[in-house]
Amino acid sequence: MDTGGDDGQKKGPGVKKAKKLNTRVDMTPFVDIGFLLITFFIFTATMSAPTTMDLNMPKDTDKKDEETKVKQSGALNILLGKENSLFYYEGELDPTGANFKSATFKEIRDVIINKKKEVVDKYVSDPACEAEAKAKGKTVDDYCKQKDFFVIIKPTDDAVYKNVVDILDEMTINKVARYALVPPFPTELEAVKLTESAAGMNTAPPAK
Amino acid sequence: MARNQVKKASTDTDMTPFVDVAFLILAFFIMATKFKPAEPVPITTPNSVSSQPLPDNNAVMISIDKDDKVYFSIMSKSDKQKPFDLIVEASKLRNIPLTTEDVNSYRDGDMIGMPFSKLKGFFDLPHDQQLKYKQEGIPVLDSATAELTYWIAAAKQVFAGEQLKILIKGDAVSKYPVFKAVVDALKKNDEQKYNLVTSPEEAPQGTDLYKERLQGKSKEAK
Repeated sequence: MDTGGDDGQKKGPGVKKAKKLNTRVDMTPFVDIGFLLITFFIFTATMSAPTTMDLNMPKDTDKKDEETKVKQSGALNILLGKENSLFYYEGELDPTGANFKSATFKEIRDVIINKKKEVVDKYVSDPACEAEAKAKGKTVDDYCKQKDFFVIIKPTDDAVYKNVVDILDEMTINKVARYALVPPFPTELEAVKLTESAAGMNTAPPAK
Repeated sequence: MARNQVKKASTDTDMTPFVDVAFLILAFFIMATKFKPAEPVPITTPNSVSSQPLPDNNAVMISIDKDDKVYFSIMSKSDKQKPFDLIVEASKLRNIPLTTEDVNSYRDGDMIGMPFSKLKGFFDLPHDQQLKYKQEGIPVLDSATAELTYWIAAAKQVFAGEQLKILIKGDAVSKYPVFKAVVDALKKNDEQKYNLVTSPEEAPQGTDLYKERLQGKSKEAK
């Protein structure tokens, strides 16, 4: 470090040499503080701001003609059980429970995709509906092709909030245009109970 | 005398660029940080793929914690008087009237989770103690004593003529019946549109939504 030049030319005795002041500042504490603050802000930073998800519920009605009608061929019922278990059946519940299957949250996506594909494949071009979709500013894919596809979500009292959000999210992920959140029927609760006790909980049989 | 002096290499590093970078990062983090408001109870929200930002003005939030307790909070950035009006109005509807003086310890965004009968005592506490106080939760499950209905009715009155957003922030492990009771209380007040508060998540690869977002269509599938 340049300390001010002691090795200058010797002046005569008594001549005092003016010491040149060092202009260099020690930056180390400055850097220390800087990084301390950085660590603090990194730890406190909440990078992912919360987002919101829309949920529209239908008005409760007693009038039969105001109820949404669902075609059995395009209906997919999903029941949410305890400990993240999931059950589904297509169309109407078989009295013997033959079409009542269980699945995991990973498997249900394929079930939804397959069912949607099945309904969309059956679609025969309907110009009236396509014109209506255009008028309403909706895509033909959403409005017409999957017109008959309806997912009915039925959370039981044992389901947790996360399950409900996950399954609603699954609707967004797979672009299901029509779905509803409804309470389960007693017959369905019975089927859930039977399946759960038969499987001894946790060990849900494979979906397919 | 000619001395052949070897120049001593300086061990001193120039710190300036280092400091520059450090403060650049620091500046970034200061800008990017948004401080969370103090919450009396932590709530872990489930993840979803939706990408709408959370509104913080003209909104009421109904929170459900992991012990299935229900809280109510008012977010009104533009009008500081509204939260007080709302609490007073709600207590009037429940026939346990409070005055504005009683409730003036309320701060924007605070969570209220007390039955109306104990509300006065709660607001008499100093503000920092209110945040630490273990609240009982607003009764919702029993329809005879479901007080959440009054809160929502009051919110609708106070925010009349303005757009009121109803947010539901539930803990991932809270039970479904509580959520259902909250929705029922909202339905009683003819409120059918809600926003569920969630943490962001990427759309899973290969799904329809993933493909759509890849194509740059920002329109939410709804």
